[in-house]
Amino acid sequence: MIEFKDVSKTFNAKEGQVHAVEDVNLNIPDGKIYGIVGYSGAGKSTLIRMLNGLEFPTTGSVTINGTEISGLSGKALRNQRLKIGMIFQHFNLLWSRTVIENIEFPLEIAKVPKKQRVEKAQHLAELVGLAGRENAYPSELSGGQKQRVGIARALANDPEILLSDEATSALDPQTTDEVLDLLLSINKQLNLTVVVITHEMHVIRKICDQVAVLDAGKIVEQGPVLDVFKRPQQTITKRFVNQETGSSNLDDTTVVVSELLTKYSNGVIVKLTFHGDQAKLPIVSEMLRQFPDVDLSIIEGSIHQTQEGALGSLYIQLIAEQQDNINGALEYLKTMRVEVEVIKRG
Amino acid sequence: MDNNGFASYFRFSNVDWNNMWSATWETVWMTLVSIIVVAILGALLGLLLFETNGSSSWGARILNWVVAAFVNIFRSIPFIILIVLLLPATQAIMGTIIGPKAALPSLIISAAPFYARLVEIAFHEIDHGVIEAAQSMGATRTQIIGKVLLPESMPALVSGITVTSISLIGYTAMAGAIGAGGLGNLAYLDGFQANNNAVTLVATVIIVLIVFICQFIGDILVKRIDKR
Ligand SMILES: Nc1ncnc2c1ncn2[C@@H]1O[C@H](COP(=O)(O)OP(=O)(O)OP(=O)(O)O)[C@@H](O)[C@H]1O
Ligand SMILES: [Mg+2]
Repeated sequence: MIEFKDVSKTFNAKEGQVHAVEDVNLNIPDGKIYGIVGYSGAGKSTLIRMLNGLEFPTTGSVTINGTEISGLSGKALRNQRLKIGMIFQHFNLLWSRTVIENIEFPLEIAKVPKKQRVEKAQHLAELVGLAGRENAYPSELSGGQKQRVGIARALANDPEILLSDEATSALDPQTTDEVLDLLLSINKQLNLTVVVITHEMHVIRKICDQVAVLDAGKIVEQGPVLDVFKRPQQTITKRFVNQETGSSNLDDTTVVVSELLTKYSNGVIVKLTFHGDQAKLPIVSEMLRQFPDVDLSIIEGSIHQTQEGALGSLYIQLIAEQQDNINGALEYLKTMRVEVEVIKRG
Repeated sequence: MDNNGFASYFRFSNVDWNNMWSATWETVWMTLVSIIVVAILGALLGLLLFETNGSSSWGARILNWVVAAFVNIFRSIPFIILIVLLLPATQAIMGTIIGPKAALPSLIISAAPFYARLVEIAFHEIDHGVIEAAQSMGATRTQIIGKVLLPESMPALVSGITVTSISLIGYTAMAGAIGAGGLGNLAYLDGFQANNNAVTLVATVIIVLIVFICQFIGDILVKRIDKR
């Protein structure tokens, strides 16, 4: 269990004081993937770096399983760091070492004997999918492969916690997904707590169980990923969610709706939101079967996978001679626990 | 015998080859010994500069200031003046002021600060993220020096020592002119003062060859260790 308690960090820069992190309270449960999302300069790196003592809080305390990191120094801090792996946006590999030597590096630091080191590194290279590339130098690898080395290296000393600071930000979308899948499978296989920092909601949606939104050093919203996606409270969160789901944002919706109104001028326009297992059920076709007099056309829709299940939204237009039929159809949808939002009545 | 004019360069019968070889050996010896000491001393000074740079502790700041002052001062003294300046010290340390051994203190004291700066620059060029990654794994300062700083900057350290050794060869010739032996000494005494241009030419060719060989070895080494 990781605990941030009233944590603030103030830098004394030349231009004056910078409040990078302010009054952060956060509990990160064991074995989960916890995401922290925020824009550039929000203080994400500063926050995560307090977990391995690369940065110390100005006030407040950071504890991991009861050990106060913010109170450690010297040998005690170094020993604690052995139990925390970290991966970086720019990989930070040693270019003078091969893949296998890079993975051995943290083991050398922990003074593990040579034979065990090689065995362990070999095993990790296989785990991250780099078997056969052990003797390549980082300069001979693609970005995705470099990050795999970074991940293997971070796992070398069997850490309890893995920290990831924008680990996929330098990668293309395809490679990003591969690396995220790897992180997810490692989290499941090794039952490791993972703290992920990112500015991309995609990363949060894809692998995180819980999320906290950081804005100008403060946590403005936190909770299970699906909840935050379904009901974002703060404007900044809505913007982040919209970045990923595409069309449910306030600013955007007004634009979308006004476009819909001009294009589809008759009938009723409805927005349906599905979550979890409902997204898999044939709810709409069942509705049509029950109300055969209703005509339906699909305007726009999308569906996204999150760790807790699917999240979908669908804009439809319903046309019927008799208003009753439409009302009945809407009632039916509500009984199926689909969120129904009537955008325009004809 | 006409020892002036263009043809005099090629009157190789005037060259005493035994003297030439022993002078060559003296030059090579002076260069090699001073290079080894300069490499070690320069690396230590460079490391000291790097490690104490931007530190918040007062001790480190003062140390940084002292080392930087030493490096800057000795780097700016012209070599020929440095030799003269160091004559009493040389006499005290080496017990003589003539011959290849006597050249060593001034060679080392002039080249080590130069190399120390190159070492410091090489360390600064290492991506800070890599050092931080090592820190985040729980590395000690010594481990970071041995496992990150030195290996990651090795190509720059080697090409730095190549550049330094080439200027050292130049210094040995200058030192030779005032009694340190070697090819510079030979070219000055037997070539210039005895009006024997062929000796000067051969000495020049040999020095150029030594420089080329140095550069060649340096380039090959850098190419082999640079995996970027
Ligand atoms: N060592 C430092 N000295 C002074 N100010 C700093 C220092 N480190 C960070 N800051 C400031 O703290 C604030 C937060 O920085 P931080 O690096 O944590 O942001 P971030 O959310 O990680 O941004 P990015 O997504 O760009 O990496 C910024 O305003 C930054 O300028
Ligand atoms: Mg950052």
